[in-house]
Amino acid sequence: MKNKYSIFSLIKNAFSNHENWQRAWRDPEPKKEYDAVIVGGGGHGLATAYYLAKKHNLTNIAVVEKGWIGGGNTGRNTTIIRSNYLWDASAGLYDHALKIWEGLSQELNYNVMFSQRGVMNLAHNLQDVRDLKRRTHANRLNGIDAVWLETDEVKKFCPIINTSQDIRYPVLGGTLQKRAGTARHDAVAWGYARGADEMGVDIIQNCEVKGIKRNGDSVEGLETTKGFIKTKKIGVVAAGHSSVIANMAGLKLPLESKPLQALVSEPVKPIIDTVVMSNAVHAYVSQSDKGELVIGAGTDSYVSYTQKGSFNIVEETLKAILELYPIFSRMKMLRQWGGIVDICPDASPIISKTSIKGLYFNCGWGTGGFKATPGSGDLFAHTIANDEPHKLNAAFNINRFVSGDLVDEHGAAAVAH
Amino acid sequence: MFLINCPYCGERDQSEFISGGEAHIARPKQPTELNDDQWAEYLFMRKNIKGIQFERWNHAHGCRKWFNVARDTSNDKIEKIYKMGEQPPKL
Repeated sequence: MKNKYSIFSLIKNAFSNHENWQRAWRDPEPKKEYDAVIVGGGGHGLATAYYLAKKHNLTNIAVVEKGWIGGGNTGRNTTIIRSNYLWDASAGLYDHALKIWEGLSQELNYNVMFSQRGVMNLAHNLQDVRDLKRRTHANRLNGIDAVWLETDEVKKFCPIINTSQDIRYPVLGGTLQKRAGTARHDAVAWGYARGADEMGVDIIQNCEVKGIKRNGDSVEGLETTKGFIKTKKIGVVAAGHSSVIANMAGLKLPLESKPLQALVSEPVKPIIDTVVMSNAVHAYVSQSDKGELVIGAGTDSYVSYTQKGSFNIVEETLKAILELYPIFSRMKMLRQWGGIVDICPDASPIISKTSIKGLYFNCGWGTGGFKATPGSGDLFAHTIANDEPHKLNAAFNINRFVSGDLVDEHGAAAVAH
Repeated sequence: MFLINCPYCGERDQSEFISGGEAHIARPKQPTELNDDQWAEYLFMRKNIKGIQFERWNHAHGCRKWFNVARDTSNDKIEKIYKMGEQPPKL
């Protein structure tokens, strides 16, 4: 049983110089056999394991992770959470996640620092205005809080934005979702890991999957760097490396893996208390609790697994940031990094069974998976436990690329997600 | 971020080029005879290889010509550049 985190445990441990905190999760060796194995110890994978144990009583399960948990895209994203998607299927999926976010810290007894500071999406031309107004209406029909802001309201909500009509891409208005915001990404992975571990889930780090053993049309187990693990159900949540795992099972996915970059500035005093995204000029910015500006750039156009990305992508984003926020012109950037995102042709995820019995994929989140972490884990756990999708992820099956029933958010979403 | 040796213009920065994705995906000769699975395979399914991948590139901000590249996607190293219509090299 884990000790409960509280103000009292904090005070108590302060007296012993924080040297006696209980370990948050074990470091077990893999057993020979599990009822199910999750491949990938990021936020989505750990959430899947957590909900499999909590809601479906599957506790003889493991999460295998080739590096350390939360070291991939969970630790590399810009932590934006919103649910203002255009299509009904997407709105259902992302708002399901947002509702879980709202009570997640309490549920996990782990402060994920979920902050509903609002997300504003800017319009810079007439088509942006039309698209964003349409999306606002669609959101409201789906019960998602979204409002349209005129230029002066944008300025009032975030005073540091340059709303001069003389700049190259003037601000013509924007949408605002007040329930949207940010969370602390590492805490999400650690909170789910701690919760899953408490229910008996084995979290096995430094354990890379090398092969998937099949017996005809069903799976038998996994070859890993820590030996063979027998299991009848494998849930793959490997983000950028999903295609690599799929190839091991002889499957092909409709994915391309590309580097996506982000960067943070030196820490400064509070200057921007919301998240502002701009689709047309591809710039989004928020401020972390440490005071760093968190800036998201775009993806490279080519397939790459390098976790780097090109300088010209960062350059373009910073040009846009400087035009919109002249106040940042003397700001120094501290760090830049890349993560590998797996992008579907319709820019919507896949949470689905496959043609191989016992093999499930949760992938294709592209550039915007973090916001969906709790919902994705919940729905993927449902899909694995029942061998059937939940009604909220039924549209996100892999067969949509055969039937043509795509969930086309590519041109319709706020920013490149 | 890397340099690409355009077979027509010489070595230039990657930002001058546009990636056309996986190479050697032939357009179906008899499109009307394809079933949905075959269409999905042609349109959407990609190898997305970590390692040496054959790709099409276009020198969009240069000669605007297409050509093929064999590139290691795990480190962005270009192994071979060859023209459209040529068979992929054995690497």
